[in-house]
Amino acid sequence: MERDEIIKKFSPSLDNILFILHALQDNNPQNYLSKDDIRVCAEYLNVPYSYVHSVASFYTMFSLKPRGRNIIRLCDSPPCHLMGSGSLLEYLKESLNINVGETTEDGFFTLELTSCLGVCGVAPAMMINDEMFGNLTPEKVNAILDMRRKS
Amino acid sequence: MNLVRNHILISIDSSTIMAGARAVERAFVDELLNRGLQDEVSVLETGSLGLINRGVVLVVYPEGVIYADVTTKDVPEIVEEHILKGRFVERLVVKEMPKQHVIKREKTGLLKEQPRIVLRNSGIINPESIDEYIATGGYEAASKIINEMKPEEVIEEVKRSGLTGRGGAAFSTGMKWDFARRAKGDVKYIICNADEGEPGTFKDRLILEGDPHKLLEGMLIAGYAVGAQYGYIYIRGEYVLSIERLEKAIKDAEALGLLGENIFGSGFSYHVSIKKGAGAYVCGEETALIESLEGKRGHPRSKPPYPVTEGLWGKPTVINNVETLANIPEIMRNGASWFRGYGTEKCPGTKVYTIIGHVATPGLIEAEMGTTLRDIIFEYGGGIKNGKKFKCALVGGAAGAFLGPDMLDVNMDFVSLREYSAVLGSGAILVMDEDTNIVEMLKNVLHFFRHESCGHCVPCRLGTAQLVKIIDRVADSKGKREDIDKLLRISEVMRDTSFCPLGQSLYLPISSTLKYFRDEMLSMI
Repeated sequence: MERDEIIKKFSPSLDNILFILHALQDNNPQNYLSKDDIRVCAEYLNVPYSYVHSVASFYTMFSLKPRGRNIIRLCDSPPCHLMGSGSLLEYLKESLNINVGETTEDGFFTLELTSCLGVCGVAPAMMINDEMFGNLTPEKVNAILDMRRKS
Repeated sequence: MNLVRNHILISIDSSTIMAGARAVERAFVDELLNRGLQDEVSVLETGSLGLINRGVVLVVYPEGVIYADVTTKDVPEIVEEHILKGRFVERLVVKEMPKQHVIKREKTGLLKEQPRIVLRNSGIINPESIDEYIATGGYEAASKIINEMKPEEVIEEVKRSGLTGRGGAAFSTGMKWDFARRAKGDVKYIICNADEGEPGTFKDRLILEGDPHKLLEGMLIAGYAVGAQYGYIYIRGEYVLSIERLEKAIKDAEALGLLGENIFGSGFSYHVSIKKGAGAYVCGEETALIESLEGKRGHPRSKPPYPVTEGLWGKPTVINNVETLANIPEIMRNGASWFRGYGTEKCPGTKVYTIIGHVATPGLIEAEMGTTLRDIIFEYGGGIKNGKKFKCALVGGAAGAFLGPDMLDVNMDFVSLREYSAVLGSGAILVMDEDTNIVEMLKNVLHFFRHESCGHCVPCRLGTAQLVKIIDRVADSKGKREDIDKLLRISEVMRDTSFCPLGQSLYLPISSTLKYFRDEMLSMI
């Protein structure tokens, strides 16, 4: 969808900035806010480019650099940590061959850490895009990644 | 209307969806259709039953049998055996249920009888149906109040109930409303803080997923009492299902004239809308939340002025937690003295807890204020997993305190815990067994705070960075003896000089770790 079409769904009021940035990022095939995204948002809300950039850079759900098609967000808050997210992180890094904040060469996966996802009952947990996964083990993570590769 | 002989209530919340609840629901619908039972048995959606980590959970009525860990493969068997032949599929029946399989609740475990005020409808009604909410007495309180009571009388009743903020600060809800009502301003706002980010807390998510109309009714009553025209729900961007259900609830309430212009023909108009956050722990702090809602970086504001006089866009604003607002309809329907029948003298009512970590049955419970930590962990949580010993519990999230065995019998409520320099906070109880490495846990907590420090004030921005450096050193067995006291000293300075509660609250996890586990920390040196 064109950027103009997306932002028109929201009234040009500053309190809609997070909604607009969410929508622009979701629409970007590389899952991030490009300079054009930020510029369009700034013009629409009639604020400086730097203002939108400063807001976008404050919140962890927004990325200012291109990301993969699947964003893995592993929870590393105390409950998940207690239940073993640390070793999962090592496993993910190794099997994807990337570090936190990086994207695989084929553009399939980006690995990120996140604060509590609020599903601590099934810790350790992660989110891939909008979907939650819990009770993770290396085997389960492997199966989930395989499924994503095929879809 | 068809006469239905069995109801199958499937719990559809974030945890059960992960386990495949939607597929199981579809499988039931298909199976019943194949057997021509679609008019005799209805499949319904409901919220969380409180059982977490037990896969897909469902209840079959009228017997009230709870099944857990159900997969699509089990569906034909449940229909064949239970629905047709009246025999329960024993291997899937939740163990905690008594042999006779009646709805009566168990003595222990997550299905133990609970005084449910906030969670009254959760796991019983379909959260997406406003009719079901109304059938349980929903919007009755709001209608009575708006038609018959003066705003001042509502505030008096809430004050008398002794309800205090359930987000952690425990400030009197009635007083807060009173301040905002008296504040000068043509426009006033109610904000519901649903930016639940405290690690280990997911009570608000389950309230929103299980009974969204209860929150809306609470906000409506708050709006009427304060004289507000607009309500906002500021919710975490990650809470996808909660947002969906709230959007539907608002639309349905508007269609019935329960929100919008001229509610109940009283002349009172009130609009509620949702604002989505984007991942920032600090936005749980009320003034940072207001900044974020206005479309800015989520930096806290200096207080005073407090939001009740100068809040959103400089107008008088009340900010209440989800759980606080969800208490309101019940208080107003049953009266303040009924509410005071629960909990303690100084801290009436109930508290919703999430019990997680090394417990046998992690889950969500509602218990009276003043229930001991021992009861919560051993009665409801089923004790420590794998028969191990209790080491400690982190109570109140990352901004809470580690409590050792000597605290097991202390009453859990806002007032009592304060006497022990601990906090109830958001009600998260993270239980750790004897094998837990406490240095690693503290390290994790400090890393969390460094990541979430918003950078606005110096003590917190630099303090969290220094604390992380030191704890990393200690965890790596490269620390020095004086490092231990340095942790405490830095956190003391942060407590006294940080701009907002984020930096101030680090003192709690650090000082409590040192109180109980100084020797364990020293052994790493």
